[in-house]
Amino acid sequence: MFENIGEIVLLFWRTLLALPQTWRQKDKVFDQFFEIGNASLLMVCVLSFFIGAVIALQTGPVLVERSLPSAVGGVVGIAIAKELAPVMMAILIAGRIGSAMAAEIGSMRVYQEIDALRTMNINPIHYLVLPRILAIAVALPMLVIFSVLVGWFGGAVVADLNHRMEIPFRVFFADLRDIVELKDVANGVFKSFCFAIIIGVVSCHQGLVTIGGPRGIGRSVTKAVVNSIVLIVIFDYILTRFLLK
Amino acid sequence: MGPSGSGKSVLLKHLIGLEEPDAGEIFINGEPLTTPEIAAKYRMALVFQSGALLNSLTVGENVGLYLTEHRLKSPEEVEKIVAEVLAAVGLKDAVDKMPSELSGGMKKRAAIARALVIEPQLILYDEPTSELDPLSAVVIGNEILDLNHRIHVTSLVVSHDRDLAFGVADRIAVMIDGQIVTVGTPDAVKNFNDLRVQEFLNADFKRER
Repeated sequence: MFENIGEIVLLFWRTLLALPQTWRQKDKVFDQFFEIGNASLLMVCVLSFFIGAVIALQTGPVLVERSLPSAVGGVVGIAIAKELAPVMMAILIAGRIGSAMAAEIGSMRVYQEIDALRTMNINPIHYLVLPRILAIAVALPMLVIFSVLVGWFGGAVVADLNHRMEIPFRVFFADLRDIVELKDVANGVFKSFCFAIIIGVVSCHQGLVTIGGPRGIGRSVTKAVVNSIVLIVIFDYILTRFLLK
Repeated sequence: MGPSGSGKSVLLKHLIGLEEPDAGEIFINGEPLTTPEIAAKYRMALVFQSGALLNSLTVGENVGLYLTEHRLKSPEEVEKIVAEVLAAVGLKDAVDKMPSELSGGMKKRAAIARALVIEPQLILYDEPTSELDPLSAVVIGNEILDLNHRIHVTSLVVSHDRDLAFGVADRIAVMIDGQIVTVGTPDAVKNFNDLRVQEFLNADFKRER
């Protein structure tokens, strides 16, 4: 395990050192970026709407019963912006994009394509890892901003339509604006940026250390997703506790 | 040449720097392979056993990859060079095809084309005729000889295919269990007095009639 952590940190460091190559690899970064966006936007939309809806449904009636209807907008707003949107989207992207990264790089490793790159003096970190990590580091925070907006909308719809709340749309958002600050959204977006780096580095690392045939690739994909999710949850606590108080 | 598992491909990977030796050193013209300038001085290319074309790129993109990634030529020049090199290996119609659409022999020829673009002084071939039918094997063997004469590139061919080895080689080294047992002209190797070498060279089916 410690060997893995060391390798992941080393890969991250090497990717940082490769940052000056970004302009050279810009086409690949754009390709990856659009792939992530295309693959995830609809899912992000559906997931965020229902997360917002269910949070309103779970917390709204309880708050209204205690004569706190004005807190519903704030609770839903904070929960989504600071916690649910960044974490749920990171988990979704780990499953959707992290798995694809590990599978693609893993199969390139198994079928000697990475060795072929090295014999041509093409650094696999510049060619494969850097574009993927940069693309996900930009795409995930953007998806999270989108998710926050859709989640709030989902919460507002349920708060308005549910007979145990009946908080009008405009009142919900006025309450939300009273409590939620731009800083709260920025916190969530910053966390998602860190999660994106985790997903990118862990998935690319798993791809690069793949051995064996198709079974090895499958194992790498599973490990990439599971390790990403575990690290996301651990780092979520650490970031929330120490950085974003 | 040598039997499977004797260490031929591992030696090849050491020569091109994909693996590092646990002990000992490799010299090219008296200079250790670890010298930083060596890569610029002696350009090498490896033709992998499987071809190892990048499956997500077209054949043309694969062949031009070295030039585009290192920004050595403009896109128009790359296109021209790729067309020339593919024509030289008889694949001029395959430029827009994906590697998955090629046969085994075509993949190997595309891999040779990709190696040629590097303009190497030394081409390393890893089992170039394995998995090929005899006719395709002859085409690849002729390709190796032709390149040798046309662009004066040195070829180091790893193979357990006796016909290929004796057909293309000026000198043959026989490797058994990680040791080079003998090096010499094809005739000298044929007559080398060692039981393991003779067993390998003369292995045949024994069919009772």
